[in-house]
Amino acid sequence: MRRMELIRFAGGAIMAHPMRSALTALGVVIGVAAVVMITSIGLGAQESVTKAIAGLGANLIVVSPGSSRGPGGFVNMGAGQNISITGEDADAIAREVENVNSVAPVVRGGAQLAAEGTNWQTQIQGVTPSFLDARDLAIASGRMFDENEARQGRKVVVLGPTVVANLFPNGEDPVGKRIRVGKVPFEVIGVLEAKGQGGFGQDQDDTVLAPLEAVRSRVLGRRVRGDSVQQIMVEAASAEVLDRVQEDVANLLRDRHRIRQGEEDDFQVQNTTSIMQAASATTQTFTLLLGSIAAVSLLVGGVGIMNIMLVAVTERTREIGLRMAMGAKRSDILFQFALEAVTLSLGGGLLGLIIGATGSALFAMALHWTTLVPPWAAPIALGFSVTVGLVFGSYPSWRAAQLDPIEALRRE
Amino acid sequence: MIEVKGLKKVYVMGDEQVAALAGVDLKIERGEHIAITGPSGSGKSTLMNILGGLDRQTAGSYTFEGEDVGSFNDDQLAAFRNQRIGFIFQSFQLLPRLTALQNVELPMIYGGVAPAERRERAAKMLERVGLAARTGHRPNQLSGGQQQRVAIARAMANQPDLLLADEPTGALDSNTGREVLQLFRDLNAEGITLVLVTHDLDVAAQARRRVTFKDGLIVSDDKGSAAA
Repeated sequence: MRRMELIRFAGGAIMAHPMRSALTALGVVIGVAAVVMITSIGLGAQESVTKAIAGLGANLIVVSPGSSRGPGGFVNMGAGQNISITGEDADAIAREVENVNSVAPVVRGGAQLAAEGTNWQTQIQGVTPSFLDARDLAIASGRMFDENEARQGRKVVVLGPTVVANLFPNGEDPVGKRIRVGKVPFEVIGVLEAKGQGGFGQDQDDTVLAPLEAVRSRVLGRRVRGDSVQQIMVEAASAEVLDRVQEDVANLLRDRHRIRQGEEDDFQVQNTTSIMQAASATTQTFTLLLGSIAAVSLLVGGVGIMNIMLVAVTERTREIGLRMAMGAKRSDILFQFALEAVTLSLGGGLLGLIIGATGSALFAMALHWTTLVPPWAAPIALGFSVTVGLVFGSYPSWRAAQLDPIEALRRE
Repeated sequence: MIEVKGLKKVYVMGDEQVAALAGVDLKIERGEHIAITGPSGSGKSTLMNILGGLDRQTAGSYTFEGEDVGSFNDDQLAAFRNQRIGFIFQSFQLLPRLTALQNVELPMIYGGVAPAERRERAAKMLERVGLAARTGHRPNQLSGGQQQRVAIARAMANQPDLLLADEPTGALDSNTGREVLQLFRDLNAEGITLVLVTHDLDVAAQARRRVTFKDGLIVSDDKGSAAA
């Protein structure tokens, strides 16, 4: 009960100088707001990266052609030309690597689509039916082409929702309609379920799937050489075997491409989990770095509180002496001043939390960024503020409690 | 009630030792009205600080109702000041941000008195010193005499055994000073023990017992009746 009264004293002292108290708390306000904003933006970025990569499909291994030949235009042995990955490689993976759910070779290229009176420039992907599994895609209406149609290179397409919206703006059912891809007529047999925006801002629904052979021969034509593909997607049976499968795929391709020990691979094998880990490790590092810089401003705020509390102890020396004469224990004085410091920093922390959360929401709205204020931000931010107040308030409070009452009363 | 024997207080100032009290023996009975006089530096304020538990003696003993105050630790001294002593200062020492009522409540807060009872008692004390109409005023809205009355009400709030007043009229004009002294006499008549430190002989003359200090020693102890 006595302590409750001391809380009132501390509050009264703060309210006696509202401007000064506000400025004192400002350091903590800025510190906490900065930490909250940076953390929420960092976590938001991490989440959108994670989502984007997870959106590719779980346990997915992506094989793509080697990106560089190294300096000096390294020329491969054997056929004397650039061997990229092929449909045969995909078949070999499906045949020889264990624990593989599906293998999906992909060729892709830009294409002009046209329906009646409308047209749309997008990317067409030549795939096999297993592509749906590998990418975690689903059919919203109609159907996917089957293995037979794929092998025969039938001129059928499955459209992404964005393509549907642009080619058929009046809302008619596209299934069964004919469209032209470039100059070649294709029949629409299905529509993909919406997948939304990818983590890097691209529209995952702006795509067209068609049988690989059809795309290769009818759409891309001479743009693709022979049997080569741009990507092979391999879906592993489970997360546990992911690394094994990745290793096996790499070894198999090295064999097939006759790459000797010590030679550079002419392909890349990556899995979504490791891409995800690398990406989120990067954002995490940045968040941590920026967050700790922001945390330094919290310390500066703490020093500001200590400074003002020392001034307050000097100013209120007589009050302290009087309180002691009236029967205040040293611990009462200590408690009162420590409480004042903690109230200042906690108030600053609360305000900073509100400003930080509001700021990150505004950020998200203005820039269309994902931000995430985690539920633990509040207790951590407030706990941190209290700690700052305690640490930096303890010395001035101790000074106040150690005053000699006679000396203090005599002070002008 | 109070017994002081061989009380010494020595301050060390650089290499020099200054004896503010050089061996004081004094007995104070319940209900007495004592004025302590003497020139400045004679040790009267030092004695009052020790009697009030604000300071500790260097040597000698101080017993209050049989308790050895000299052996109290800081917290016991704080409780002693809170429960047994009421202080009145020359410069009133009211907290400027608090109202008269809140100022009077202060010692009761440290004494752990419940809020409702505290307010009731504070109001009663202010009524007793004639300020019933001023409870909500802040010190800067009160005259000097009124401020000192608030301070007296505050000193009385925890119903102490002993009132210690240090030059209580020193900052007041002679009329208000007389009123305050009259209030002291009334309170003494109601049974409170009163020790008043002053170098004003007119003020001292109002007390029933006058103790005079010089160079840290009592030079006279006049128990003759007060000049009415």
